[in-house]
Amino acid sequence: MTTTLASRPPSPKPSHPPTRGRRRRPLRWLPLTPATALLLLFLGGPIVYCVAIAFTDMQLTGSSSTSFVGLDNFRHAFEDEDFRNAVVLTLVFTVLSSLVGQNTLGLGLALLMRRASGPVRTLVGSLTIAAWVVPEIVAGFLLYAFFRDEGTLNAVLDWAHLPSQDWLYSAPIIAVSLANVWRGTAFSMLIYSAALAEIPREITEAAEVDGAGGWRRLWHITLPMIRRSIGTNLMLNTLQTLSVFGLIWAMTRGGPGNRSQTLPVFMYDQAFLKALIGYGTAVALLLLLIGALFAAVYLRLLRTEV
Amino acid sequence: MTSPSLPAPSAPAAGQVAAPRAPSPRAARRTPTERRRTRRRAGVDLVLLAVAALFALPLVWLLLASIDAEADLRVGAPSPATTENFEAVWNEEITFRPMLNSLLLCGGATLLTVVCAALAAYPLSRYRSRLVRPYLLTVLFTTCLPVTAIMVPVYGLYVQVELIDSLFGTALFLAATQLPFAIWLMKNFMDGVPVALEEAAWTDGASWYQALARIILPLMGPGLTVVTIYSFIMMWGNFFVPFMLLLTPDQLPASVTLFTFFGSRDSVVYGQLAAFSLLYSTPVILLYVLIARRLGGGFALGGAVKG
Repeated sequence: MTTTLASRPPSPKPSHPPTRGRRRRPLRWLPLTPATALLLLFLGGPIVYCVAIAFTDMQLTGSSSTSFVGLDNFRHAFEDEDFRNAVVLTLVFTVLSSLVGQNTLGLGLALLMRRASGPVRTLVGSLTIAAWVVPEIVAGFLLYAFFRDEGTLNAVLDWAHLPSQDWLYSAPIIAVSLANVWRGTAFSMLIYSAALAEIPREITEAAEVDGAGGWRRLWHITLPMIRRSIGTNLMLNTLQTLSVFGLIWAMTRGGPGNRSQTLPVFMYDQAFLKALIGYGTAVALLLLLIGALFAAVYLRLLRTEV
Repeated sequence: MTSPSLPAPSAPAAGQVAAPRAPSPRAARRTPTERRRTRRRAGVDLVLLAVAALFALPLVWLLLASIDAEADLRVGAPSPATTENFEAVWNEEITFRPMLNSLLLCGGATLLTVVCAALAAYPLSRYRSRLVRPYLLTVLFTTCLPVTAIMVPVYGLYVQVELIDSLFGTALFLAATQLPFAIWLMKNFMDGVPVALEEAAWTDGASWYQALARIILPLMGPGLTVVTIYSFIMMWGNFFVPFMLLLTPDQLPASVTLFTFFGSRDSVVYGQLAAFSLLYSTPVILLYVLIARRLGGGFALGGAVKG
């Protein structure tokens, strides 16, 4: 009996305010109401509305003829060549820029920076973070200039005697993916730097003494020890990448044609430029569901982390 | 802590990249191992410098183009350096009004976010209830949802309730998008303030809002600054929300006018565009430098959530 009592952690704080007792119990949650109201009205409301509209044929031109169409929008989406194109491009964009780009480059930079000299470390850190802090639309403009036919990238390629090309025309999805890598790598780098700093030095040193080479140490010790950070980082990167709109819109507007039209851009295009609000919302709902799935996985990861 | 299994957002220490542990004491004479180590360090430095150059090029172009009257899309030395571009955009139509609109929109929304978050954080941090954990988990879940996806329904909803093209309505939505993360941060900062001081105030008959306003908030000053500045930075850079919800050109914030300016690509003067981009980016860069060290990894956490 005593042991069970003792093993229980002492309650960290008493219910306050003690003098007010139980009588005013519901009222003390009053401060929560403004925030809850704002969240319910402006985030909850649109989500509910999204679910409702996604099953109608609502159009921007004249609201008179809106009617319930069931799953038509979704059926239409899966048969729509442009929608499938957008799904494929979103996958390419996410895999290239988030999984391969930001994540791997961020980890690489974090690993290398631990071995680099001080000034170089500061320089790399400041530059990548600067690219990250710059507002999205400025980043879009800068990388548009960088990838344009007469832009800096081609100037560099010419100087190195490599073949140059009009990137925004020949490989728009690659260009916007690289743009997203440019903008988002700092985040992964910060996460991984923090994670690597927490690996006890003795462990790596012990492996070194045992004769494990650099790559084996990385594969068998470093990566397993930061695997939770990798999971968290991948989830957050993917969620961020899924909702990129401004960057692509500023660089290519989804073009040429629809060759860099990811789901957010496709959704905007259908809902506003083609005035099919109902159809655009159905696409939005799909995007929201994918996002919710990733968010749920992310929460799961956080829960096991502690 | 009411929810022990949820991690604090400010876990890793410094905002910059973590420094390696102290190097082993260096002998006066260099051993072969050490020479190899120096060589390897030089190699690492070289690789990193190459990557840094790639990250730097677009930024260098921005700086050079802004002081070059005949700027094109390539990095090139201005001949000669001039302030012409800045003078050309330094007027009400291009710079002042959009920046003022941005300030009104983001300032108002930030104020609303911070007030709501501080109020909400108080019961979440101080009272114990079975509801706190689900509430916080919902909040955390909401921070992850892609806001981009709900912009179409928000637009539809705003047209119906006639909030479209209103700075006030847009500020409300911006505040709501930033609120989950602000609550999350604020709650964690508030957990760091000891309860003992409030208990004294309660015995003296202070109410919860007196305790909050006079004791807790002053004590968590740095945390409050971080939440405020962070929310402001995220809103200042937001393009999609005002792009969708505001229509009248006079009301547009700088993020959208920059895009429209840039949208007229055929006639655009790149130097001026670069100058305006620089003016528009400066406030957030300065604010970031202010809070970078304090928030550390937590800032990183937010940056990705609201892309």
